[in-house]
Amino acid sequence: MDRPIRVLVGKPGLDGHDRGAKVIARALRDAGMEVIYTGLRLTPDQIVQAAIQEDVDVVALSILSGAHNHLLPKVVELLKVENIYDETLVICGGVIPEEDIPFLKEKGVAEVFTPGTPTGVTIDFIKQNLKRA
Amino acid sequence: MFEKEKLEELKKNQTDWNDNKVGKSLERFPERKKQFATGSNQEVDRLYSPVHLEDFDYDQDLGFPGEYPFTRGVQPTMYRGRFWTMRQYAGFATAEESNKRYKYLLEQGQTGLSVAFDLPTQIGYDSDHALAEGEVGKVGVAIDSLKDMEILFDGIPLDKVSTSMTINAPASVLLAMYIAVAEKQGVSSQELRGTIQNDILKEYIARGTYIFPTEPSMRLITDIFEYCSEHVPGWNTISISGYHIREAGSTAVQEVAFTLADGIAYVEAAIKAGLDVDKFAPRLSFFFNAHNDLLEEVAKFRAARRLWAKIMKERFGAESPKSMQLKFHTQTGGSTLTAQQPDNNIVRVAIQTLAAVLGGTQSLHTNSKDEALALPTEESVRIALRTQQIVAHESGVAETVDPLAGSYYIESLTNKIEQEAMEYIKKIDDLGGAASAIDKGFIQKEIMDSAYEYQKQIESGNRIVVGMNKFQVKEETPKGLLRVDPAVGEMQKEKINQLKGERDNKLVQEKLTILKEAAEGKENLMPHILEAVKVYATLGEVCGVLREVFGEYQQNVIL
Repeated sequence: MDRPIRVLVGKPGLDGHDRGAKVIARALRDAGMEVIYTGLRLTPDQIVQAAIQEDVDVVALSILSGAHNHLLPKVVELLKVENIYDETLVICGGVIPEEDIPFLKEKGVAEVFTPGTPTGVTIDFIKQNLKRA
Repeated sequence: MFEKEKLEELKKNQTDWNDNKVGKSLERFPERKKQFATGSNQEVDRLYSPVHLEDFDYDQDLGFPGEYPFTRGVQPTMYRGRFWTMRQYAGFATAEESNKRYKYLLEQGQTGLSVAFDLPTQIGYDSDHALAEGEVGKVGVAIDSLKDMEILFDGIPLDKVSTSMTINAPASVLLAMYIAVAEKQGVSSQELRGTIQNDILKEYIARGTYIFPTEPSMRLITDIFEYCSEHVPGWNTISISGYHIREAGSTAVQEVAFTLADGIAYVEAAIKAGLDVDKFAPRLSFFFNAHNDLLEEVAKFRAARRLWAKIMKERFGAESPKSMQLKFHTQTGGSTLTAQQPDNNIVRVAIQTLAAVLGGTQSLHTNSKDEALALPTEESVRIALRTQQIVAHESGVAETVDPLAGSYYIESLTNKIEQEAMEYIKKIDDLGGAASAIDKGFIQKEIMDSAYEYQKQIESGNRIVVGMNKFQVKEETPKGLLRVDPAVGEMQKEKINQLKGERDNKLVQEKLTILKEAAEGKENLMPHILEAVKVYATLGEVCGVLREVFGEYQQNVIL
């Protein structure tokens, strides 16, 4: 555990609500992690390419548009195609109905953080569930 | 307002009271906190009195309702004449589904429509575009062509209702479709009433549904100002929005400052395009948020009204009082709703409704209790509408104009918010105006700093949000949330295929070519866009042509 944890914070899809993404990005940074924030409107492919280039340990995605069931499994799928899913922790946050969470977990999203989650909970989760050796 | 001698005496008395009475009381009953602050972190004093309003001048600071500087309201009788327009923002899935919801809301006593479009529509993509996948019909209704718009307003007489459309980058296209639908109903564009949001600057700042770079975007906006002043005179051509700035985490002061700074940029652009300020300014409208700090919010609305009046008169030399009136729509604060104990949100929305009404709003959307979880169900939308109706008919606050005026606290806070907003506007002027301050990331960073500060206050427990970081209970997963049928995407694709098989494709191409040439030149684009949508060119095709000519905005990523 020499180098700090590197996290890509991204907003997949067309959704422009980035308050949550930015707040979590700052909180992770303040917790000592290296954060790359990608900005809006990324396709799953662009997210995965950025994850490879930035050599991140965590991909943290924020979605409030309701397109999560479509976009998140795609990101996981592409991480698998690129052979980096096994070392990348995928988490997400946003307005995501409780009943969709089992589906997302089954598709490979490690955890889903819904509105009102303290940033400390997310930070702890990342620290305890890192996949990298 | 207050005699000098009297004021001096009062000051002395207040100091005595503070030293003796308060001092003694504090020994026995210490205050709950060292410092008290508003919802936006403005320091709040223990007591407000004439001492806080030393230079207060009734005529200059308030005046009468309907008169400059409009602090007390834009109309002389306000809600004694007519209540604010109760306008619930709605739209999801297909035009057919949304049309049903609109009819339901009108039956329930709603007095105006407010259309929510899905993200592909807002970003100028048809439902069959690759980037639209998974997003069709999710946060609003999918509109691909005039065909969808005809269905959306089927059976709704456009000469009777006013319609607000939350559409920005492709505002001209949706307005053109609305005009075309009206024409088919036999309603002339001269009779239409409504609003398009059409506020691109706040998309760059906070909301994210931009398409084109700043300059051509500003051109599209001023084209609309010009076109409507002649052809759609009852239309509010822009709704300059602080709502999303506040949702992104700004303070109340920042909401006023950044919104009015955007307003200044639009007025400057229109004047630069050769328009007469008193011709377009009366059709500018605003859109603000209402959060939980009731009195701060009331002061915010009053400060915004007074400041805008001064800006229009002094900075832009407007002469018509209508150009100086800040008319606004309000929506209760989505970010104040909690996913925990959602019923509590009904109470929050009621407080926010009071803020908007006591602040003199012209129209209001009240959020539904389940919106931190999903789009609202019919039942929860009805409660939200009923909240407005209860405030209107039962609370008594609408029976007199600006009832909180003269409160020492309200007037002090109004002054303070205006003063601090002016300082921000000065800073933005120094950076070269709103567009340039956005390019430099200044506005985004200021908002983000406030948002992060707010989050830290919640996590440290310095700020209590009931049910979220205090008074929690174990909860069941909420049931019966609204879900958009995932088949909507396929249905829309099918409709586009059918449309492309039926319409006169050669004519569509002709109209699109003419539009492209016009975009390359300097003419007003509205008439050409109208021609194109009338022959059923799709939204994606029209925006595609403009994308080719104008290029796309590149976001300045600010953390």
